[in-house]
Amino acid sequence: MAGIPVPTRRAAANRRAPALIQGLRSGDTFAHLITLFCAASVLLLTVALVFELYVNSTTAQHKFGLRFLTGRTWDPVSGEFGALPFVYGTLVTSALALLVAVPLGVGAAIFLSELAPPRISNALTFVIELLAAVPSVIYGLLGIFITAPFLRQYGEPFLKRTLGFLPLFQGPMYGVGMLAAGFVLAIMVVPFVISLSREVLMAVPVDQREAALGLGATKWESTWQVVVPYARLGIMASIFLALARALGETMAVTMVIGNDPRISSSLFAPGYSIAAVIANEFAEATADLHLQALIELGLVLFALTIVINGLARIVIISTTQKGSRQ
Amino acid sequence: MLRRNSWRKFVNYFMFSLTGLCALIAVGFLFFILGYLVWNGGSSLSWAFLTHLPTPVGERGGGMANAIVGSGKLLLLASAFGIPIGFLGGVYLAEFGGRSFPFVVRYTADLLNGVPSILIGIFAYAVVVLPMKHFSALAGGLALGVMMIPIAVRSTEEALRTVPLMLREGALALGASKWRTIATVVVPAARKGIVTGIILDIARVAGETAPLLFTALNNQFWSPGWNQPIASLPVMVYTYAISPYDDWHRQAWAGGLVLLTLVLVANIVVRLSVSGRSAR
Amino acid sequence: MAADDVKMRVSDLDFYYGPKQSLFRISLQILTNRITAVIGPSGCGKSTFLRTLNRMYETVPHARAEGEILLDNEDLLTMDAVALRRRVGMVFQRPNPFPKSIFDNIAYGLRVNGTHSGAALQEKVEKSLRRAALWDEVKDQLHKSAYLLSLGQQQRLCIARALAVDPEVLLLDEPCSALDPIATAKIEELLFSLQDQCTQIIVTHNMQQAARVADFTGFFLLGKLIEYNKTEIIFKTPAKKETEDYITGRFG
Repeated sequence: MAGIPVPTRRAAANRRAPALIQGLRSGDTFAHLITLFCAASVLLLTVALVFELYVNSTTAQHKFGLRFLTGRTWDPVSGEFGALPFVYGTLVTSALALLVAVPLGVGAAIFLSELAPPRISNALTFVIELLAAVPSVIYGLLGIFITAPFLRQYGEPFLKRTLGFLPLFQGPMYGVGMLAAGFVLAIMVVPFVISLSREVLMAVPVDQREAALGLGATKWESTWQVVVPYARLGIMASIFLALARALGETMAVTMVIGNDPRISSSLFAPGYSIAAVIANEFAEATADLHLQALIELGLVLFALTIVINGLARIVIISTTQKGSRQ
Repeated sequence: MLRRNSWRKFVNYFMFSLTGLCALIAVGFLFFILGYLVWNGGSSLSWAFLTHLPTPVGERGGGMANAIVGSGKLLLLASAFGIPIGFLGGVYLAEFGGRSFPFVVRYTADLLNGVPSILIGIFAYAVVVLPMKHFSALAGGLALGVMMIPIAVRSTEEALRTVPLMLREGALALGASKWRTIATVVVPAARKGIVTGIILDIARVAGETAPLLFTALNNQFWSPGWNQPIASLPVMVYTYAISPYDDWHRQAWAGGLVLLTLVLVANIVVRLSVSGRSAR
Repeated sequence: MAADDVKMRVSDLDFYYGPKQSLFRISLQILTNRITAVIGPSGCGKSTFLRTLNRMYETVPHARAEGEILLDNEDLLTMDAVALRRRVGMVFQRPNPFPKSIFDNIAYGLRVNGTHSGAALQEKVEKSLRRAALWDEVKDQLHKSAYLLSLGQQQRLCIARALAVDPEVLLLDEPCSALDPIATAKIEELLFSLQDQCTQIIVTHNMQQAARVADFTGFFLLGKLIEYNKTEIIFKTPAKKETEDYITGRFG
């Protein structure tokens, strides 16, 4: 082994050039580039989406400025476009949906994670996750022909009789309206709440439960006072995710919300959501300003979705970083 | 002490029963939906329904054949566009990677996935319908294809990641180049996960109505080629459901039943095959 | 021994994972058509060393080798990696057959390296399976999945797969560690039978295996090559104290 020169640093640098040529020859560089381009297309499409939403609504943006978000009138004939009724409708129906879906969903998730034997839990979860695959228009179909009539005949009169002192439950009862939309949305987002909450509940370490039980707690006390708080960040994330979905739901909402751009204090009243008005008016909008206003609404919806999704992400990341303890 | 304990036991029993009820209600929804569709749509489902074109209101014997074929056409276009790009993008994330670029792509894919589908419709409108100056199957197919991409990217990536490193090293050690290893060993090893991901992707997009409302629009007749508005099952169901005609309502139920059956069958078959495999 | 050629010459090899150095100035010579064993306690760098010989470390980002390795007087560290791996094959710690048929597993390397004709493939596949002493056991099930074989058979399949491309050097990274004693014995027999056909370098944590099988043995400790000599000498009259301590079981 004597007489062999020790390689210098230059020799190490020279090794990189042949690697590139070898890459070209074997087709690896080509494969790298093509797959890179396809991955980048995701970024390109998102940028293009935001671009198109922005660029095609500039006239409306300049005409209305921030008044757009506070304006209550939506009148294509006179060219007056205000987004408030739609933002109101979107937020109210989504809030209503969460009000119903979260207790129902978290409750079901607790049952599936803590009480049900694994086989039953898996089977029931399988069925519940299938709910998430049901197309929106099917929910709308059932909403129009089952939910709305039911509410008009039984649900709303009942609420009026019992809680009618609240402005929420006053006024004419059509069946279709914010209440129907909120209710249908609740069914649509429940699978997401259940699925994610169940996962985080099941991930709570066994020793947490055992510590509580060992101190003499009942199973419910251990679950409600120890396990659920431990998993609360994950459950919160599932709520955000459900909210993000509810905000953007189009078909089911537009089929049962009544499609009336007004702001009413009663849940029985018809309303309108951002996605619903775009769905209804876009294809027939002839005036340029009308179209632009609709697209600007789309931009608002996009921003809302991004913010909520971003919040969900932050919550999820802090779950994994700090552990579920806070 | 005894009274307090029996109260706690009662609470325990009661609360868990309540949660069980919640689970039952949630599960019940699916059967409720299916039940109503079968009840209301089953009777209108006939061979004529599946093979005839829509007839003017009141005339008997109308069907949704053009909508079923139209959906198929749109899905074909969407898949031809969305699946290769999504698949190759997923290959990049799993095989070539790096640290920050893949992270950004993943984040953006999840973002795009969460965007309400109606906004994708606006995008396709701006990019295809406006320049062409009319609605078309092309625009609808593009909208659906864009929706397919982020899902395909993530599911392909996840499927490829399950392939053990040793398998790749085995191929590399025999003198295979990287792309060859990926194409002839890694992808075939992950093919089940990739295929199930694609089927779920198609099923998800098959039920979408909103992005088609002002891209592909609707059509009461056949629409040959790609430049005309085209009927699709979800849009047809929607249009008939909100119409004032009873006959159309019945057809909406039938169409909904067909749509839901296709989507659910795809989901059930795929999910069962995956869970069966992991149980082994 | 003087007439034997040097197949691979390693000179002052340093290896780094990022900033951390795991091999320190390794120098040795591998003789043609002999079996060389690499032994040492866990974490001593023997697998790392083996994987520099076919540049398998290139799949790990921030891993780099400095120094010189010559394969028949060609610089191994700069030659085309694909060409290198056709000449230097590898068998891994756990059997890793592809999810393909037995035939397609063996044929994979052949197809990658340009053989496509059905007849040529058949012939070469049979030849490799015979070399690996597996032919009689699988000749009737060539088109069945490789996963149907026992672990021991799968490992012999992986050896046959590596042999199919006629490598000049075969690297074996603890090939028997996942196998029972009977399967291990079969593989050791196989390695013996390959002796005059190809140069073998085998990493093993089993000292008795090295003593049984190898002509030369190198002892690694903490990333350094402590001693390298004929197996007999290493095991009977080691020159370094660390070697003796390891051989006699004082640690490791």
